Amino acid sequence: MKNRRSVTFNHNPLLEKGLPVWRPRLVLLGLLACSLTLVGRAAWLQGFNNEFLQAEGKSRYSRVIPVPATRGRITDRNGDVLAVSTPVRSIWAIPSDARLSPADTRSLATLLEMDVPELNRRLDSERDFVYLKRQLAPEVARRIADLKLPGVHEHQEYRRYYPGGEVTAHMLGFTGVDDRGQEGIELAFDAQLKGMSGSRRVIRDRRGQIIEDVESIRPPRDGENVALAMDAKIQFLAYSALRHAMQTHKAKAGGVVVLDVRSGEVLALVNAPTFNPNNRSGLSGAQLRNRVLTDVFEPGSTMKPFIGALALEQRKVALDTIIDTNPGRMTIGRATISDVRRHGPLTVGGVIEKSSNIGTVKLAMHFTPDEMWQMFDELGFGTPLNLGFPGEASGRLRPARSWRPIEQATMAYGHGVSGSLIQMARAYLAFARDGELLPLSLTRVDAPPAPIRQVFSAETARQMRQILERAAGPEGTAPKAQVAGFRVAGKTGTAHKLEGGRYTDRYISSFVGFAPASNPRIIVAVMIDEPTAGQHFGGAVAAPVFARIVEGTLRSMGVVPDAPVAPLHVAGKVEMPPVPKERM
Amino acid sequence: MIRADAFLISIAVASALGVVAAQHQARQIFSELEREQARARELEVEWGQLQLEQSTWAALARVELIARERLGLQEPQPGRIVIVEVPR
Repeated sequence: MKNRRSVTFNHNPLLEKGLPVWRPRLVLLGLLACSLTLVGRAAWLQGFNNEFLQAEGKSRYSRVIPVPATRGRITDRNGDVLAVSTPVRSIWAIPSDARLSPADTRSLATLLEMDVPELNRRLDSERDFVYLKRQLAPEVARRIADLKLPGVHEHQEYRRYYPGGEVTAHMLGFTGVDDRGQEGIELAFDAQLKGMSGSRRVIRDRRGQIIEDVESIRPPRDGENVALAMDAKIQFLAYSALRHAMQTHKAKAGGVVVLDVRSGEVLALVNAPTFNPNNRSGLSGAQLRNRVLTDVFEPGSTMKPFIGALALEQRKVALDTIIDTNPGRMTIGRATISDVRRHGPLTVGGVIEKSSNIGTVKLAMHFTPDEMWQMFDELGFGTPLNLGFPGEASGRLRPARSWRPIEQATMAYGHGVSGSLIQMARAYLAFARDGELLPLSLTRVDAPPAPIRQVFSAETARQMRQILERAAGPEGTAPKAQVAGFRVAGKTGTAHKLEGGRYTDRYISSFVGFAPASNPRIIVAVMIDEPTAGQHFGGAVAAPVFARIVEGTLRSMGVVPDAPVAPLHVAGKVEMPPVPKERM
Repeated sequence: MIRADAFLISIAVASALGVVAAQHQARQIFSELEREQARARELEVEWGQLQLEQSTWAALARVELIARERLGLQEPQPGRIVIVEVPR
């Protein structure tokens, strides 16, 4: 060992040899370049291109959270709630994460009110996201959250409730599962009703509590409330009266609309058959149809007063002009028009009171098709009302050029021209309001709107009110329209239904009228489709509905009676309608 | 010199502590505000539910049913109505 020459580190022969000058310089240069690169990179990240890292940093503590907004409420004219949204929870799962023990599955299924196999089927789904149940009550959702099941989550949604149920179903329509309007007012006023959820940025601490509000990205905007013109009381009256008539006459369908004569507001709008908007499973199209607004029908005799008014207005006849309706039959071209029975000579008033087809056709023969077309057009037939309601019907009014004489004759008594029930009701505004038409409104209006146009003179309208009052009286076609304490006026209609271009022996019975006759406040239009219990005349089927609605409505509006209150001797008046059971 | 430094440092420290305290307080107040806002939202929801409940109880169909069947009320016969006019 001693002999071995030890080489210490200091005396490394390699070092003694000396290095070429360029080598340390090269290394130094390399190190310098490295550090410059680092400094440059740091400057780049810190100074020039710092958004990415800043965003990353922020995302560690700041969060953007949504701020929910609720859909507006729908109320009636007195502020009673007709539709309101309340929060509910939807339970969803990530099937691959949801590994539940049989006991957990059972308790979850009980809370969800589902079968265990059904729940298992959903949890075995291939998808990444499945809804287990939507729109659960918050209490149930809380109990599910307390189970602390893996892979089972919940989120908040809104559900719309309609306390009025079937009574207000057609008017309000409904919303879909996403809280957006799908039918009726909900759709028509969706822009106003829907809320805009906002979002804001906050800082959370490690326990997830919000400790600082950084900024409001978009403030939430709750939906506006909509106050309808509808009066819940009148709506219910109309609903129960219509329902009663539907049962008594075993009718297929029906509709009622009540208008405020002074403001053009729609106080009630009811259709039958109806549906429960709170539980919409198994609905049929017939139930959903809003017949009053979207279905047109040939009105029949309720058209006659307009012809009479036009004849008086243009002085083609005077109030005492005699029109001979003998022999109760009349031939135009190859067609024959007839009356239900022979009425003999009648005045203009008598023609409308007795609802004589012959008399009306004779009155209509004074006019050219153009004159009649113009009146129908001014009354609003053939033009939609533009209430903003989805699917509003315009009715059918063909151009006057194409009218054949027989068509002009049938149109005089309401066949060959069609309109919706609400169009009929509005046209009667011309009689109830000294000849003017008002725009209608589904929402509450504060001041009466400006009239659209004057169709008849005030004098003609006044004369027609007297004629229509007699038409609804003991001598007319609708004594059953009488109401204790109030003078009423109106006209019946009994129209054959048109099916496949032919008139059938099925009928639409209707009644359009107003009250009190001395100073009209409301217009009530009633339509009953296919009464099958024996009676089909408007005076027997639709007029009693009118009477019941007018009586209750005027009383609830506090209108002073304009007739002496005396016991009426009208059959069936005292009998009470069965009370409809409310289902929620 | 040293005394002046010590003075400045102590002011700086006091100010720093003040900032900490203020920040803490701000956060506490803020979280209280959050809680109250959440409560306001809850109350709003509850109000909606109560309105819903009220209109369900006050549904005219139900009122009519109770009036007719439980209380035995009925509409007055036309002859039994007396109209009272209030002079203005």
